[in-house]
Amino acid sequence: MKLNRRAFFKVAGAAGAVALTPAKTATASADAASLDANRRGVLVDTTKCIGCRACEAACAEANTLPGPAMLDDAAVFAAPRKTSTVSFTVVNKAAAAAATPARFVKRQCMHCVEPACASACLVRALDKTPAGPVVYHKDRCLGCRYCMVACPFDVPKYEYDSALPYVRKCTFCADRQAKGDAPACTSVCPSGALTFGLRNQLLDTARERLYAKDSPYVRHIFGEDEVGGTSWMYITDIPFEKLGMPAGLGTYAYSSLTQASLAAVPFVLTLWPPLLMGIYTFSKRRNEIGAHGTEAREEADHV
Amino acid sequence: MSSSTTATATPARSWASDKLFLGMSFWEYLKSLATPGNFLAGLIMAIGVPLIAYRFIFGLGASTNLSQTNPWGIWIGFDMLSGVALAAGGYTLAASVYIFGLEKYHPVVRPAVLTGFLGYLFAVLGLMADLGRPWNLPVPIFFSWGGPSVMFEIAWCVVLYLTVLGMEFLPPVFEWLGWPKARLWAVRMTIGLTVFGVMLSTLHQSSLGGLFLMAPTKLHPLWYSPFIPAYFFISSIAAGLSMVIVESALSHRAFAARIDHKTDIDGIALGLARGASIVLFAYFFVKLQGVADGGRWALLATPYGYWFLVEMLGFILLPSMLFAYGARHRRVTLVRWTAAWTVLGIIVNRLNVSVIAMNWNVPDRYFPSAMEVMVSITLVTIGVSTFRWIVNRMPVLNELPEYRNSASH
Repeated sequence: MKLNRRAFFKVAGAAGAVALTPAKTATASADAASLDANRRGVLVDTTKCIGCRACEAACAEANTLPGPAMLDDAAVFAAPRKTSTVSFTVVNKAAAAAATPARFVKRQCMHCVEPACASACLVRALDKTPAGPVVYHKDRCLGCRYCMVACPFDVPKYEYDSALPYVRKCTFCADRQAKGDAPACTSVCPSGALTFGLRNQLLDTARERLYAKDSPYVRHIFGEDEVGGTSWMYITDIPFEKLGMPAGLGTYAYSSLTQASLAAVPFVLTLWPPLLMGIYTFSKRRNEIGAHGTEAREEADHV
Repeated sequence: MSSSTTATATPARSWASDKLFLGMSFWEYLKSLATPGNFLAGLIMAIGVPLIAYRFIFGLGASTNLSQTNPWGIWIGFDMLSGVALAAGGYTLAASVYIFGLEKYHPVVRPAVLTGFLGYLFAVLGLMADLGRPWNLPVPIFFSWGGPSVMFEIAWCVVLYLTVLGMEFLPPVFEWLGWPKARLWAVRMTIGLTVFGVMLSTLHQSSLGGLFLMAPTKLHPLWYSPFIPAYFFISSIAAGLSMVIVESALSHRAFAARIDHKTDIDGIALGLARGASIVLFAYFFVKLQGVADGGRWALLATPYGYWFLVEMLGFILLPSMLFAYGARHRRVTLVRWTAAWTVLGIIVNRLNVSVIAMNWNVPDRYFPSAMEVMVSITLVTIGVSTFRWIVNRMPVLNELPEYRNSASH
């Protein structure tokens, strides 16, 4: 990933195709280990969530969005909801068997460690910050919506109804985090379902709960490895599919999927011109010999 | 179709008459435009151009069936992906003639380059309608570089290649204007431009497929493959060759008066068919390799599998066989219909990847709105009309006698 990007720029610049210089990115400029140690995350313990939706209300307030509809009405859980341009987080009720207590799951941007959306974005409008949040620089956005195609969680949402549309999604309250505050949703959670902290420490916390004696938890931390790891991680005591979490995502970063394709770029830039010029020289000579040797084979054609 | 140039002074009027009004006076020219074909084109534009304005005033939601689940529709699948693939005749023919020295195909290079230029131009215009904020198009070029993005590579390649195609088409423009010195300067760039064009086309034709590498859970596994960039690149060659066969056949009918009758257009079609047959054959097996490599055989016996087989057998293997048969037995008509069928097959493939097999496993499916279809039809109509306008004025299908024995280009 890192090497590719740099190699691409170096050779592209050297070939004189485009005067590019190595781009500074969060992952390229900082030491990976210290970056990993300082990355923030949230652990969602679905066994503790009571479905009060205080997080939804706090999110709406922090992002000056319209307040969540049917806030005190359990009918809102009748069908799973999706995040939208005006609600960056939603709490859904799991379709669990009647015997088990109700389980709820909060959904929002996962803030992937290596986000597909950010590596898809051609202008770095979506960008991964070292602290964890995937932020959106709206002034750069072209509106190509490739981030929406790339995101395996279908998080970026588009303002189709506007003539001046933007992509909208959870910001992980990057501005609050920059001031040392916790994200709005985690700071209001009354049940302890949401724990904000350093991602590595949250993983330890999760493992302690998962592997405690008589632990009811499913022994999997969703987000530890999915799509290369996410900042938001989930633990539960019912199957993750019942929570509506996507399955079959793989444990590789999605940016690696285009690695081979982009690695070919420097080769095309450097090898094609000499190869084609070689063929040109060869075919030119062949045609000259042909024209003089056999008698004006292409007389009808102009030369 | 129309020209805003108005006759002000007497010498300007004769220049306008000569260059723009096909030797007629302005009023005679206007009268000559009253043909059924022009009426149809005018009608389509009269409906379509206001629709494009409507899209920009009221937004994508009001004009398209795009959704949060399906952010890409036919403006990407047809206008952009199919348009760029079908415009591949520009680099394919330029490379054949100028790099590989296959002089036989010289008479179709100019129409192929023009088709390529207009294909890219209208693909980009279609993209402008699709982009939410098209005025930010200079951002990836000048202001903010998203190096790891396949889309970034495509943006650069398309901008550069559109410029290259425009420059490749300068010789006929200068011949039309009667600027021999400028023409000579433009002709000297031919080899450099061709090499650059092949390089850029290799990159972005494949990268248009590479876009979908990021959607492993969304694109149906029969179409999703790590080889998808190779599929797009190889099929673009077949698309380009087929498009040149179709376009030259249509041109010979529509512009019969302008054609150089010494040109062996049938021989050219048969030769291109031979090439297209081989490319399609290779394409078929590379795609088959993708099915084998992914262990996807069982999926063939599903509804999407049947549709995949229609594409594989009906739109790739069948035209490959028909091209081979037609080229061997000199069946020019068969070859031309096969080329049209292949063009359709490439469009089917691009729509499969971007729309039909995309999000196949979710309930929220996409079908284009009437407005989306109409805008696409309008862009094609404007493209064809521009092609006609240029071919009727500039030496594209014919050669001007004064340049017949001049430097090759």
